Amino acid sequence: MSYSIYICGVGGQGIIKTSVIIGEAAMNQGLDVVMSEIHGMSQRGGSVSTELKIGEFNSSIIPDNTADMLLSFEPIETIRGLHKVNKDSKIVYNTNPIIPSSTNAPYPSVDSITKSLKENFNHVLPIDGTKLAIDAGSVLSLNMVLLGAVTADDKFPLSKESVIDAMKNNLKPKFHEMNLKAIENGYQSMKD
Amino acid sequence: MNLKELVTGKSGDKQFLLGNEAAVRGVIEAGISIAATYPGTPSSEIGNILSVLAKDANIYFEFSTNEKVAMEVAATAATSGLRSFTFMKHVGMNVASDSFMTTAYTGVNGGMVILTADDPSLFSSQNEQDTRNYARLSNVPVLEPSNCQEVKDMVKYAFDLSEEYKLPVIVRTTTRVSHMRGVVEFGDVKDNSTNNDNHWKRGHFDKDPSKYVPVPAFAGKMHERLCEKITNINKVSNKSDFNKSSSFSDNKKYGVISSGSAFNYAFDVIKYNDLDMDILKVGFSYPFPDAKVIEFIRDLDEVFIVEEVDPIMEKEVLAIIGRENLDITVHGKLDGTLPQCYEFNSDIVAEGFDKVLNFINKEGIEFTSSLNELSENIPSRAPVLCAGCPHRAMYYGINLAVGELGLKPSDVVFASDIGCYTLGINPPYNAADYLLSMGSSVGDGCGFSVSTDQKVASFIGDSTFFHSGISPLINAVHNKHNFVLTVLDNRITAMTGGQPNPGIPVDGMGDDAPEISIRKLAVACGCDYVRVINPFNLEQVVKTYKEAFQRDDTAVIISKAPCTLIKGLTKKPPVKLVESNCNHCDKCVSELACPAISKVDGKIEIDKATCDGCSVCIQVCKYGALEVEK
Repeated sequence: MSYSIYICGVGGQGIIKTSVIIGEAAMNQGLDVVMSEIHGMSQRGGSVSTELKIGEFNSSIIPDNTADMLLSFEPIETIRGLHKVNKDSKIVYNTNPIIPSSTNAPYPSVDSITKSLKENFNHVLPIDGTKLAIDAGSVLSLNMVLLGAVTADDKFPLSKESVIDAMKNNLKPKFHEMNLKAIENGYQSMKD
Repeated sequence: MNLKELVTGKSGDKQFLLGNEAAVRGVIEAGISIAATYPGTPSSEIGNILSVLAKDANIYFEFSTNEKVAMEVAATAATSGLRSFTFMKHVGMNVASDSFMTTAYTGVNGGMVILTADDPSLFSSQNEQDTRNYARLSNVPVLEPSNCQEVKDMVKYAFDLSEEYKLPVIVRTTTRVSHMRGVVEFGDVKDNSTNNDNHWKRGHFDKDPSKYVPVPAFAGKMHERLCEKITNINKVSNKSDFNKSSSFSDNKKYGVISSGSAFNYAFDVIKYNDLDMDILKVGFSYPFPDAKVIEFIRDLDEVFIVEEVDPIMEKEVLAIIGRENLDITVHGKLDGTLPQCYEFNSDIVAEGFDKVLNFINKEGIEFTSSLNELSENIPSRAPVLCAGCPHRAMYYGINLAVGELGLKPSDVVFASDIGCYTLGINPPYNAADYLLSMGSSVGDGCGFSVSTDQKVASFIGDSTFFHSGISPLINAVHNKHNFVLTVLDNRITAMTGGQPNPGIPVDGMGDDAPEISIRKLAVACGCDYVRVINPFNLEQVVKTYKEAFQRDDTAVIISKAPCTLIKGLTKKPPVKLVESNCNHCDKCVSELACPAISKVDGKIEIDKATCDGCSVCIQVCKYGALEVEK
């Protein structure tokens, strides 16, 4: 068994926490797992990415075109992560843009992104994660919505229960209820 | 995971840990008593965690003012019989190197381990220097972990090795190891109970100047002892289980020698492409395990050396081949098989192997033209100064002052330094023209002021000023240099994650500590012009810089306001747009460039969630189109 996930987005969206939860859940299910993350200057509003490889790997960096899942927290970051995927990878991305302030280049329309992705890949799964997060109680639960969405992939090797256990171990108890709802919202949106 | 589990965890427990967290567990298992650092990515989390856990783990921990002091704290602790740990980013080793070199001569009694985190691909550094060169320079052993379990195990082992041979030991990680996460199984914890009223154990320094004072009469003998130690340790590295080969080959024609994160890539490429190659992992890499390498390569025709960053093992292997008169082709960085710069990954290593083995049969993915077009025009997302960052306000003000004095941008040299404020390099501020190292802006100011007729403005952060800005400031005053030094005092060491520094009244273990005044220091250095300004008061900023630029001595301006990332600060109400007043001059967007302000469909928009309420944009707007939300 092997499964690799490339997770990308913008600093402050909870990408590292999400990745740690998946990693811990994999460990608790007795699977081998390695993960890579980028800290430091990249966090001042810059792009952030993590890579998770579940299975017998030494390297925590996913070779190009081999990710099973690209999970993107932001539309244009999806484009930046495409070197990791192939035609059959799952591409799940949040449709709510965060417009970068450090550039004058125009932000493309999200519809044009979705259209282009669908022309090129077989499993393109846009999700209005921000809306589902607000529905769960706070926009801050976006990462748990997207975690729920990943969990719904039939090839994802971890059970929803173990993901939830790892979430509880990593987030404050007072937010558990909201985050459970967020995970469920994301999960159901993919199952529907 | 609760970080306390790094202290309370029992042997056999498993945790999903960051490499830097694994390093902390390693020093806890090793029973250290003293730890000191200056924060530097990618090693910073070690200090952040130790500062929280030190008291529970019977460890004295400090954020030293710089890496050299941290090295000295660790060296004297180990000489006094305690186990000590210091850690830093690779360039921190340059700062520490003067004392480090002598520590190899004096040796230690308790175990002393130096973890240095290299940064191939320069994720947050000014160079890609390879710490393994320091091992050769100093004759200090090096261990190179490839994964989180090995970080923990090697750190722990390094203390035993150090104690046995009475020599410090380097553990060299890279960003991809320090910031890798993996499953780590815990081991036993060595007792380090305190023997006094403090929470950490005290040692005793037994005087012996012939061992510890490197005057010429003694230092020669010290060097002899060091050479003897390293010769003996070579026997250990040749037998070490950290140097281990794996066989995937029947005909023993091709082999790979690799270390650190590069090993991970090489191993996976061989395994997942069914390549007919054996691989030797070198975890204990200095003294180079020559006997083990000879045994590994003797029957090979060709060997690949896969290492980040410098071709160090490659040259060692070439030397061995020459010495042993072997006929083996060596592939690596020197013959162009693998790149000389940047970190590796499996794709890069596979490409290198493919130059000799021709096994890649990869069809690239062709995108449709619409996706190609999207990819090519995608807006960049570079790191920026945060909304409400005091540095932005100061940069905006100094540029305004330069303009009001009738100076062109080319008339003023901006000597920058290391911290978030280096982001001043970006437009529209363009306020970083030259940078060498931590603290260099002050010495650079001295040099530019005697070498050119340009005005010079140097920028340095509060923590960087304490790190290495004070002695060059004394130089500036004493040698009558003419420049404006700005100390950007944001009350924290921001870029590395918010560590305290001597300018704030808290120490590395969270205890109250004397606050050192930057203003008084500047005065004590002999500066006649020292001003403390509020960067959010634009008028004051411009007036002060205009005054300072017209002086002919070393003027010091302390731009003092807290970093917006400091927890617990009261949030000010956000700014709102009064649309009817907006003249569409776009100054707030194009000249201030605050991430909370953008122009969408021809209209200024303020992102309330991002806006920090610093109010500088209100002062920038001439038309009264921005005001505080009530």
